[in-house]
Amino acid sequence: MRILVGVKRVIDYAVKVRVRPDKKGVVTDGVKHSMNPFDEIAVEEAIRLKEKKIAKEVVALSIGPTQAQETLRTALAMGADSAIHVEVPAGELERVQPLHVSRIISKLATEGKFDLVMVGKQAIDDDCNQTAQMTAAMLDWPQATFASKVEKDGDYLKVTREIDGGLETIKVGVPAVISADLRLNEPRYATLPNIMKAKKKPIKKMKASELGVDLTPTIEVISVEDPPVRAAGIKVDDVDTLIAKLKEAGRV
Amino acid sequence: MRGPGWQLCKQLITRRVHSSSYALKEVELTSVRYPDLKRGPFGRLTDSDVTHFRRLLGAERVITEDLDGYNTDWLRSVRGASQLVLRPRSTEEVSAVLRHCHERRLAVCPQGGNTGLVGGSVPVFDEVVLSTSLMNKIIDLDTNSGALVCEAGCVLETADAYLAERGFMMPLDLGAKGSCQIGGNVSTNAGGLRLVRYGGLHGTVLGLEAVLANGDVLDCMSTMKKDNTGYDLKHLLIGSEGTLGVVTKVAISCPRRPACVNLVMLAVRSFEDVLSTYQFAQSQLGEILSSIEFMDGASQECVVNNLNMSHPLPGHPFYMVVETSGSRDTHDEEKLSLFMEEAMQRELVTDGVLATDVGQIKSLWQFRERIAEALLGDGYCFKYDISLPLNAFYEVLENLLYSDGNIHLNMTTRDFDAAVLSKIEPSLYEWTAQHGGSISAEHGLGLKKRNFIGYSKSPSAVALMQQLKTMLDPHGILNPHKVLPDN
Repeated sequence: MRILVGVKRVIDYAVKVRVRPDKKGVVTDGVKHSMNPFDEIAVEEAIRLKEKKIAKEVVALSIGPTQAQETLRTALAMGADSAIHVEVPAGELERVQPLHVSRIISKLATEGKFDLVMVGKQAIDDDCNQTAQMTAAMLDWPQATFASKVEKDGDYLKVTREIDGGLETIKVGVPAVISADLRLNEPRYATLPNIMKAKKKPIKKMKASELGVDLTPTIEVISVEDPPVRAAGIKVDDVDTLIAKLKEAGRV
Repeated sequence: MRGPGWQLCKQLITRRVHSSSYALKEVELTSVRYPDLKRGPFGRLTDSDVTHFRRLLGAERVITEDLDGYNTDWLRSVRGASQLVLRPRSTEEVSAVLRHCHERRLAVCPQGGNTGLVGGSVPVFDEVVLSTSLMNKIIDLDTNSGALVCEAGCVLETADAYLAERGFMMPLDLGAKGSCQIGGNVSTNAGGLRLVRYGGLHGTVLGLEAVLANGDVLDCMSTMKKDNTGYDLKHLLIGSEGTLGVVTKVAISCPRRPACVNLVMLAVRSFEDVLSTYQFAQSQLGEILSSIEFMDGASQECVVNNLNMSHPLPGHPFYMVVETSGSRDTHDEEKLSLFMEEAMQRELVTDGVLATDVGQIKSLWQFRERIAEALLGDGYCFKYDISLPLNAFYEVLENLLYSDGNIHLNMTTRDFDAAVLSKIEPSLYEWTAQHGGSISAEHGLGLKKRNFIGYSKSPSAVALMQQLKTMLDPHGILNPHKVLPDN
């Protein structure tokens, strides 16, 4: 089985995000970026499948500017065999949306004859949670989203999903698309020997146009703003005052 | 020189006894554990004293019940018997409180975050606890110079978070950052993980305000980096551990927060390799090196077992944590990458992991920062913090931590054992003194080490310290039984 894992370079989740003065986006210059945490979990799961001999090869994919290669190097250091970098200049990056990403992944999945596409359930910058689903639809493959456990079941995969009511276990045929949820695994650290090995692993560079994928945006961001400042609460001395205040606010 | 004390230490290291940590009430009273200590000729607290304090501070900030937390240190190794805790909000209140205590000869134990490791932050007998916790306002930050002015009760981590939003950082960082207060840091001249890059508090503190034993306010506030006008009194107070005055405000020079921080944990085969890696890191990483720490296998086992954490590099005899900080990620990552490759190729290190996001940086730091916490789970910890010239390190025991010329030596037993203590002290201090080191590199003297000051300071120096103490605190009410030996 050959696995294609999509990884996105995002602003590190521990960074305090600032809105740009032009209110069209957030400040990314000089800000620490790292691999989307859910994608890291997807990479880890793909590597584990390889270690269990369920998969034969893991290829990491990222769509982005030059720095996306660092994210790919991390995936390679975790154990991916090779990587694909679909280069999109930094200035055009904001217009690339899940729809375009899904088109690229689908094209590569077909051309590369992959058996499994794995991605994080959502990116922490846009929180879209769309890529896995759209990719599956474009490929007409089954999807197993919010995976918290992946097991082999004969020729099928048994996937446990985190859903609102609890856990749901489904059986999916291969090829399939899986999106990783938080509790699927704990990603390994990149070890020094593997980081050094990763430097020798190949990263294939290409452009979206080579794949025949149209990156024309279908969504325009009108504005990005800070959430409203939370109003301070007040303390009251007794229940009567509490009731009076609630009545004043029209809550009672 | 290896006497019987060393043999005992080796036995203790290989045998590890686990037990649950003490409840506060079970900690033996200091006055019982150290029977040679005698209460000084201080006044005794009366109802009229308490009434007076209530009038000064208001009833809610004068506490007479549930004092165990104030009376016991973080290590649960010493417990005092104070009957009263005061929580002033301003310098004026501190001044009024001390004026009264001076008149009544009431002994006072100034207390910040109570995270000290030498029993200096809690009373020995019935000293009144003067807590700075409510004096936690950040007063000003000069964004041109990075000079931060804040009250002594500001928690280090809180001040750092404030600075982070504005592109700056505190020049010091310690494991206790979530609880320790800047006034206490200054009073103990705390060192910490970033000393190797940003220097110590004698360099970064620009000014301070303190209240003296008689209630007089000593104003040495300044935000100037350069000021050569008279004797620099703040240096007397820095590291005086609350015995010369109660620090109420601090002005500190804060560096710009680095845009790019990287962390790598290394597995090392031997102590010689640790020293070689240290030197190699200094030369390869140069100005971007911001922290370099070393731990041994035993301390990591303790963290894994007692804190239930899984180690990224289990089973090695020694470990190092190397942090870089700089303004340009491509530059730093290139340097770090070359360092790691070379260190592996030269076999200075046998393995390592690199943190790839901020979450991993925080996780890896825990393996160094939480060692003291993990050791608590073992029972009583005999804790030593000595500094030595580097070449003396070749003769040392297995259980070591290392940072900037400083070893933290920890030995644990299930319960405090006076016989064990007498075997470690004073032979460890004698050995340190013989090698020209300091018996307390960072932790200070507090209660536990004050009688050993002679191993690191000459008689003439100690005599002058006694004179200064008498001059600034004639009744000896500020933190008695700490720092200097009783005459």
